[in-house]
Amino acid sequence: MDFGKTQISFSEEQAMLLDAAQGMCADLSPIDQVRSLLEDDKGYDENAWRQMVDMGWTGLALPESSGGSDFGLGALVPLFESLGKSLLTTPLMSTVLAGECLRRTGDVGAHAFLEQIAAGAKATVAFVETDDWGAQHLDTRIEAGRLQGSKRHVADAADADIIVIPAMSEGTKVLAVLSGNQIDAACRSKHDVLDATRRAQSITLDIAEADVTVIAGDVDRALEETQLIGALLVAAESTGAAVSCLNTVVDYLKTRKQFGKLIGSYQALKHPSVDILCAIESSKSLIYQAATELHSDKLSRDARIACHMAKSKASETLMFAGDRAVQFHGGMGFTYECDAQLYLRRGLWAQQAFGDPMHHRKRLAALILDAE
Amino acid sequence: MATQQQLENFRQDVAAWLQANKPADPGFLLPQSFMEVGSEQQLDFLREWQYKLWSAGYLGMAWPSEYGGQGAEPVFQSIADKEMSRAAVPIAFNVIGLGWAGPLINDVGTEEEKSLYLKGILTGEDIWCQGFSEPDHGSDLGSAQCRAERDGDEYVINGSKIWTTMGNYAKYMILLARTNPNAARKYDGLSFFLSPMKVPGIDPQPIRKLTGEYGFTQTYFNDARIPASCLMGEEGKGWQLAMQTLQYERGAEAGAAGGLSMVRIAFEDMIESLQGKQRDGSEVLQDPVVRDELMQLLIEDKAISIGEKRAHIGALNNDFRMALPLSTKLRWTEHARRMRQAAVRLQGSDGGLYVQDPDAVQGGFWQRAYMQSFSATIGGGTSQVQANIIAEHVLGLPK
Repeated sequence: MDFGKTQISFSEEQAMLLDAAQGMCADLSPIDQVRSLLEDDKGYDENAWRQMVDMGWTGLALPESSGGSDFGLGALVPLFESLGKSLLTTPLMSTVLAGECLRRTGDVGAHAFLEQIAAGAKATVAFVETDDWGAQHLDTRIEAGRLQGSKRHVADAADADIIVIPAMSEGTKVLAVLSGNQIDAACRSKHDVLDATRRAQSITLDIAEADVTVIAGDVDRALEETQLIGALLVAAESTGAAVSCLNTVVDYLKTRKQFGKLIGSYQALKHPSVDILCAIESSKSLIYQAATELHSDKLSRDARIACHMAKSKASETLMFAGDRAVQFHGGMGFTYECDAQLYLRRGLWAQQAFGDPMHHRKRLAALILDAE
Repeated sequence: MATQQQLENFRQDVAAWLQANKPADPGFLLPQSFMEVGSEQQLDFLREWQYKLWSAGYLGMAWPSEYGGQGAEPVFQSIADKEMSRAAVPIAFNVIGLGWAGPLINDVGTEEEKSLYLKGILTGEDIWCQGFSEPDHGSDLGSAQCRAERDGDEYVINGSKIWTTMGNYAKYMILLARTNPNAARKYDGLSFFLSPMKVPGIDPQPIRKLTGEYGFTQTYFNDARIPASCLMGEEGKGWQLAMQTLQYERGAEAGAAGGLSMVRIAFEDMIESLQGKQRDGSEVLQDPVVRDELMQLLIEDKAISIGEKRAHIGALNNDFRMALPLSTKLRWTEHARRMRQAAVRLQGSDGGLYVQDPDAVQGGFWQRAYMQSFSATIGGGTSQVQANIIAEHVLGLPK
């Protein structure tokens, strides 16, 4: 029985990237800055985005022929772990995934968009129409000369220069690519996202086919693989957030006194804190093993196993950490002012994104237990 | 240095030999680890197997040839051990000798001690046991109170030791005893002995375990007289020697003679045990609820395995330094306990049967394995003590 690989490699370049990313994220996103953006309409700092583009992060995994640095998908894991640690959110995840989705179709028409993305254009993919991350069916279609349908949970849609719309066209799946200004305000509705560091919209579409670029090729596979990569990036972000969450808890346990003692000396708080730590260690091992398995070509069975495992574990880890963080802060934990809520809300958002833990274990079980 | 080709040839030789010589099922219960040898029948069987392994040249390979070894590079023994695990052959039962006493004697023993003890350890003729833990000092070895008083050419031993594996079969014991109760530091009052067991005043009383099996004794010392020559090293230096024995746990590369100390129980063995079983009229491995639980267990299993490799990558250990090495024991042992518990629960009605029942799944293997798993979550520092250590040393929480 083959459960996938346990090997893990981490290059000097990745280590340098991790180091640089952590430093930059900590500088750009102290917790006061995170809080100041919660009720901001845009939700992120344009200056932070610029710096990421200047660092080449939007093209990190894209081929050099498209203006990327061809560092490989594995490089994105330390990046998103660092972003998660500082709760720093920008359109980077949406943009990277849009690039990945377009690239994976194998359609030459995608090239021009990849160049724009590597150069700093913001992009997003409208993955879902319903509440089901596992749905294959699309109602959105190109028919009688028009692209029509509606999409929900379109991450970072408000600012996206490039919006990728999966749609049916003559019985097959294609990607209809629009520029952001083709969808006017009346067709956009802002979601109230539980994790207030993130922005998303639902959109309705009624656009002339002549005004969109249609990307064909292996669209089914491109979408399916990109969602799995998205799951891994959310897992990396969640692992980073869980580290900061545990640090927040530990700081409190080391300073708060009750009944004459520091509350961190009570085993009732100590032992679950160690449980959080162990869960973080598991998550970290799984995300970096997945990073080792991810390559630019078709996802291998080992890579799929690794992504499913990483998302399942990391989502549960951050939920557990956030949940206990609120509880362990006592009355303070019940307030908006306490940072525990930021991690709890991130956990609630992240567990559903790109499929919840059971969704991933269901697919994992099929890979492990069923005959190939 | 052996070449890759030599190592590969050797691996194939061992694999072929094990295949040809693996003993048939003896028709009685074999211990899952060296800590459950509870009958003469088991002892005879395991002794014969260890002798055969040694005669074939697959045990003690890296020990010096004048004491029964071959003076080979340790990597050969590591390869042999891996093949034994893969072939699922019986354990090399004389573990305290092979993995604790033997390597210590080999490293720091006198010429006389080496020629007296090492070969008998390898052949299985001389069984060794360990007298470290005491009833009142489970996790706190440094506080051991068992007394050794010098009287002429002898030491007089009084006190008791507990969890002595094979204490009733052993010929020798590595014994940690207090020679100076007034030492300024408690550690400096301890001395290390290579003590005979079959002397008047030493009385090993078997302890029955929760599984119903034996394997441990509580060993009582009542004015037991042992020759002064049994003292290893100097008086008052016993703590250092006791600590040194613990480093050989890392296997042949660290100096141990080799061989399996326990039956390997892996996730895939649990899946194997569930193949073809029915639940609610269809295959249990197709049940979505069961599959979800199995995947949770597998994810943790893999995460811990990967962690052992990630521990060597400095850049990926900066958030909580020492978290991986300090939590490995806690995580593996707790995970094994949960996995085995699930393996019993998933057996349906047969989950209620035990080893004597002809219908028990694999002879009650998983029921035993689950109950045995507590030896690891309790022994070597309970999980709760481990959690305190991690909380204080990794997270910096107050005592």
